[in-house]
Amino acid sequence: MSTVAILQGGRSLERQVSLKSGARVEDALQRLGHTAVAIDVDSDLVTRLTDAKPDAVFVALHGRDGEDGTIQELLEVLGLPYTGSRVAACIRCWDKVLTKHLLRDHGIPTPDFHAFSETAFRELGAAQALPAIEDQLDFPLVVKPAAQGSALGIKFARATADVPAAIVSAFSYDRKVLLERYVPGRDLAVSIVEQEDGAPLALPIVEAVPEGRDFYDFEARYEIGRTRFVCPAELPDGVAERTQELAVEAYRALGCAGFARVDLMLREDGELFVLEANSVPGLTETSLLPQAADAAGIGFDQLVERILAIALSREPVRR
Amino acid sequence: MTDRRPVRSTAHDLARYAGLFAQRTKVMKSSAMRDLMALTERAEVISLAGGMPDTSSFPADTYAALMQRVADEACARALQYGPTEGFAAAARCIAEVMAEEGMTVDEGELLVTTGGQQVIDLVCKTLIDPGDVIVAEAPTYPGAVPTFCSYQADVVQIEMDEDGMRIDELEQTLERLEREGRRPKFIYTIPNFQNPGGVTMSLPRRQRLVQVAHERELLVLEDNPYGLLRYEGEPLPTLYSMDGGEFVIYLGTFSKILSPGIRLGWAAAPRPVLQKMNLGKQAADLCSSSMTQLFVAEYFASGDWREYVNSLVGIYRGRRDAMLEALQTHFPREAAWTQPEGGLFIWATLPDYIDTTDLLARALDENVAFVPGRAAYLDGRGGSSMRLNFSGSDETAIREGVRRIGKVVGEQVALYGTLTGAAPAAPPVVDEREAGQVAEQLADVLELPRRATDRRRGRAESDR
Repeated sequence: MSTVAILQGGRSLERQVSLKSGARVEDALQRLGHTAVAIDVDSDLVTRLTDAKPDAVFVALHGRDGEDGTIQELLEVLGLPYTGSRVAACIRCWDKVLTKHLLRDHGIPTPDFHAFSETAFRELGAAQALPAIEDQLDFPLVVKPAAQGSALGIKFARATADVPAAIVSAFSYDRKVLLERYVPGRDLAVSIVEQEDGAPLALPIVEAVPEGRDFYDFEARYEIGRTRFVCPAELPDGVAERTQELAVEAYRALGCAGFARVDLMLREDGELFVLEANSVPGLTETSLLPQAADAAGIGFDQLVERILAIALSREPVRR
Repeated sequence: MTDRRPVRSTAHDLARYAGLFAQRTKVMKSSAMRDLMALTERAEVISLAGGMPDTSSFPADTYAALMQRVADEACARALQYGPTEGFAAAARCIAEVMAEEGMTVDEGELLVTTGGQQVIDLVCKTLIDPGDVIVAEAPTYPGAVPTFCSYQADVVQIEMDEDGMRIDELEQTLERLEREGRRPKFIYTIPNFQNPGGVTMSLPRRQRLVQVAHERELLVLEDNPYGLLRYEGEPLPTLYSMDGGEFVIYLGTFSKILSPGIRLGWAAAPRPVLQKMNLGKQAADLCSSSMTQLFVAEYFASGDWREYVNSLVGIYRGRRDAMLEALQTHFPREAAWTQPEGGLFIWATLPDYIDTTDLLARALDENVAFVPGRAAYLDGRGGSSMRLNFSGSDETAIREGVRRIGKVVGEQVALYGTLTGAAPAAPPVVDEREAGQVAEQLADVLELPRRATDRRRGRAESDR
C-alpha cells in the first residue's frame, strides 16, 4: 500500500469543485487501504510534500496551476510520480488555442476559430479585423477565454453589437480570447483512461442535454436538475464508435497520459468536432468521467486505483 | 490524513438521491457565483463582498465580564431551553431598541428569533404557498433570494431610485397582479440604507406605502437592520410606527448594533400573524439561544448600549467616506454609485458592457472582491452592478480595495473603447462633479430613467 498526497483546492476559480473531487479521491484511497494525505494547495505546498514523502501524488487540482502544467512541473522537479498528463500535454490542453491548432495540424476537425491577445487589440488594431472575423465565422459566435477550465466567461454573441462586451468578459479570465464558430448539435464528452498495457480506452459517451436553455452554463455543469446527463449517449449506429475514435485521436495528438476528457459536438448532419480536452477532469459525484467509468462497469475506487497505478508505474523525468 | 469517516459512494449516488430531493431544492439558487464567492475568503483578498459588521471594536473584557455574570446568576437558565417567543428580559431590550427609533411595542407582539434571517424565513413559511407572489425591491437583499426561492415564491421586483422603492410602479404592479388574479402575500422592503442599494425611502413614499398596504390589505415586511447606523441626516419614521399595528411586520436584529455571532433578531407583528410565526418557529428550532438572550439582557443592564452603537457610527462613517472618496478617485467616469446616509453598503453600476460576475474573476486576480449585482435580482438583471461593503474593512484596506477594482474596471473600459473604436475615457477629475451631475448619474445607478437634476435638493426640504 502507498502513501498518496492528494492535491486539491488551490486558488483557481474551480477551487470548490476541486475540493469535492479531492475529498472523493481521498475517501476512495482510504477504502483501498492507502494512506491519503490531502493537501489544499497553497504557498506551503513544497514543504508539505517534502514532509509527507508520498509515493505518488494524485492531482485533483482543477483549473489554473493544476491543469496548466505548473503543478506538474513542480512535481517533476521534486521527482514525485503523479497522476495524469505531463507538463507539455497539460499546457497543450489548457490553452484552447494551442489545442485547436494541434488538432487542426493532425487533421482532427475542430470548429473554425480566430484568437487574439489583449495586445493585438490594444496595440495592433485587431478590432478593425472583427467585421472580417464575423463574416468568416457567422453568428452566433462563441467567445471564450483561451484558458479557463469551466464554462465561466463563455458568451454567445448573436450580433455584431454583442461582440465587444463578450470579448471584454472573456479577457477577465485570460490574456487571450478565442472567437469560435458555433456548432449547433449534441454536446458529447468522451472520457479516456489508460489500460494496463498503456493503450487509451475510451469510456461510454456522456451526452449533456440542457433543459430549457440554449447553453448549459457553469452552474448547470455542476448542479443537479439543470442539465440532464445521459450515459451512454443514445447515438445512431457507428456514431458512438466514430466519436470515441476521434476522441482517442485527439488524446494522442495532445500527448495526454493516464486519463483525460475530450469534449465534442455532433452536428445535425453527423459531422463531429473536437472542442477541447481536459487534462484533470472533474471527479465529483456529478462529474462526467466517473459517470462514464461507472457505465463501463468501473467503480470509482477501481478508477482511482487504476489512475494511481499508472502514475506509480512510470518513471519521473529527471533533467 | 483525516478522521472523516470514509463514505460509500458510487457514480450512481446522485441519481439515487435526486429522486428524493423536494421540488423546492430545484429552485434553490446555487451557482458559479457561490464558487467565486468562496474564493473571496482567502486571507490575502481584501473583501468588500461581505456584510460583516466590525466586531473587533467590542471590548473583550466587557464580553468576559458579561458572560461571567450570566454564569454566576443564571447558569441553569442559560443552559436550558427557553420559551419560543423568547425571554421577557430580551423582549425588554428589544423594546428599548425600538423606542430608540420611535416605536412603541407591546412585549406580547414580539418574537425573538435566531437572527433577522429567521424572520424572513418564518414570514415566508407562514404566508407563502408555492407560486404565491412576493413583491421586493430591485435590487433586493441577496440573502433573501435563496429564502424566497426555497418557498417557491414568484418574486416581482420593483425599481428604486434615490428615494427608495418607486411606489407608483408598485401600485401599477399591484394593479396588474390583481387583473391577473394574483394577490401578493407581502411586500418586502428595507427602507433605511437599503441592502444592497444604499438608498433610503423618503417620507412621502413611506406614508404612501403604508396607505397602499391598508387599502389593499397587504402585509409589508419591513427589514430594518441598519436604522441606528445613520451617519448623516435625520432619521425617518419606520413603517411600523406609521402603521398602527395592522399590516407591517417589523424585522429587527442585534447583529449590526451588537453582534451577529449571538444570532438574535426579532419580529414585531400583528398578533394573529405572530401566533402563526410562533408555531413556525417551534417547528424550526423551538427557541433561540437562551445563553445569548441572557447575554443581551446583561449587556443592556450593565450600561448604555447606545455608546457602542455611537462608536460604530463613528467608525463606519469614516469608512463610508473613505470609500466614497476612493470611488471618486479610482472609478472611471462611466461608473456611478449611491451615496448612502447610513448602513453598510454602496451600490455601484458600471457601463452595461461590463459583466460584474466576470469582472469579479478578474478582480480576484488582484486580490479584491465584491458582490456581483446579479445576486440581488431573481431575473438575471444587475449584471453591470456591484455591492460594496464598507463596514468590514479598515479605511486603508477600503482605499486599496477600491483602487484595485477601479484599475480592472478602467482596463475593461479602455479595452471596450478600443474594440468599438470609441475614444478611451479620460481619467476622472476629482471634485469637479456638479451636484446635479451626481444626481443624474444616481438615477442610472439603479437603472432608472433620469430624473430632474434638482430633485435631490428639493427632497431635503420637502421630506424631512
